[in-house]
Amino acid sequence: MPYPQELLYTKEHEWIRVDEGIGTVGITDYAQKELGDIVYVELPKTSDHVTANEPFGTVESVKAVSEIYSPVTGDVTAVNSKLQNNPELLNADPHGEAWLVRVRLSDPRETEKLMTAEDYEAFIREVKQR
Amino acid sequence: MVEFGGWEMPVEYSGITQEHLAVRQSAGLFDVSHMGEIEIRGPQALALLQRVTCNDASRLQTGQAQYSALMYPQGSAVDDCVVYRLGQDDYFLCVNAANTDKDFDWIVRHNAVGADVRNVSANYAQLAIQGPRAREILAKVTDADAGGLRNYWACRARCCGVEGLLARTGYTGEDGFEFYFPPEESERVWNGLLEAGKPLGLVPAGLGARNTLRLEAGFPLYGHELDEVTTVLEANLRWICKFEKGDFIGREALLEESRKGLRKKLVGLVMTDRGIARDGFPVLIGGEVAGRVTSGSPAPFLRKNIALAYVPPQSAEVGREVEVDVRGKKAPARVAPLPFYKRAKQEL
Repeated sequence: MPYPQELLYTKEHEWIRVDEGIGTVGITDYAQKELGDIVYVELPKTSDHVTANEPFGTVESVKAVSEIYSPVTGDVTAVNSKLQNNPELLNADPHGEAWLVRVRLSDPRETEKLMTAEDYEAFIREVKQR
Repeated sequence: MVEFGGWEMPVEYSGITQEHLAVRQSAGLFDVSHMGEIEIRGPQALALLQRVTCNDASRLQTGQAQYSALMYPQGSAVDDCVVYRLGQDDYFLCVNAANTDKDFDWIVRHNAVGADVRNVSANYAQLAIQGPRAREILAKVTDADAGGLRNYWACRARCCGVEGLLARTGYTGEDGFEFYFPPEESERVWNGLLEAGKPLGLVPAGLGARNTLRLEAGFPLYGHELDEVTTVLEANLRWICKFEKGDFIGREALLEESRKGLRKKLVGLVMTDRGIARDGFPVLIGGEVAGRVTSGSPAPFLRKNIALAYVPPQSAEVGREVEVDVRGKKAPARVAPLPFYKRAKQEL
């Protein structure tokens, strides 16, 4: 699966798409493949505060549990309620329908440190070679 | 691929859930060549086996197999294993990969009677075909009477043109077979079985599904439910301890524990709300840490989150409400009967 150009990426395999100060956050295709069959997602509540590079939730598959790190700092404005009952959406459409949360960015400049799709693809190639 | 006991092993092929369901509903093919094999032969072979294992190997007829354990004096297991009797004075042990050297050294160390003991792990590849359609698939590629082979029996057989040992054994809770054969023929047997089984729903299955299947079936895994400090009685393996056969390593300790009462007991847990118990998570009773999860996972066929855990014997009764500390959150669980999953009896 190609990594969409309009998203920015983290080394912990999250993505964010920023639109007028609101960032939509998810996990990448690489992350869902590594985890395998996802069975449970734990997310913050609307208006919770999240901090860049700190965990804000967990994704759990049959074989493993993984923390999700926030790419940015800000307040949660929306949570994807579909994932509660359909966590397998994360395997099917990680960059689209299976977004996790929306966050109002405290500091839009934080996204400058994130990777572009091209950077992220290079990063994954490096990770796979290890 | 992950490294496991020095072997590169696939955790999953098409996905753990899909592979798991295929084994419950049709069939799965596992490469378990990492398992160790030890031969014990000669006129003193039985005497040595009776000394180092807790089950009664004298009950085995030629061609028959039994689940057993190599024992420490303190009543814990060096390893759990399957003992096959292949001939008059000819026994064959299948042991855990990571324990093979330790097992071999232990047996040799206690071989006062002078049996012929060999670590023959390098001579064998092993494939396991498991599931309700395994028999039908195997019948297409073997000269042996696969359907006529009884549970926990083995015979010499040719599969996909390769000579080996065919056993009606497994580690999934389903009907199935395990085939031991020379490793240079691995590809031929693997491809032959897959091709024969594809129309009947056979899929390759990895270590991930092997683990969730054995967990649903309530089978212990060494390093999780079994270790050097847990006795086989605590692990619900009283049924393989044959005290009446005479002395064996660990017998005294087990008899003493039987008299005094168990210190802990292995139970099944079903999570009753959100939260998945994982290996090592504390079990809380009345808010206090009272035990520990040894294996935990979502169960793909049962569609519940299940776990095996050690708890105090007085808290081990079925229906008992406990909690599991899931990363700092208390998740409710209930003691459930084992096994979690038992296949329906099928006619031979």
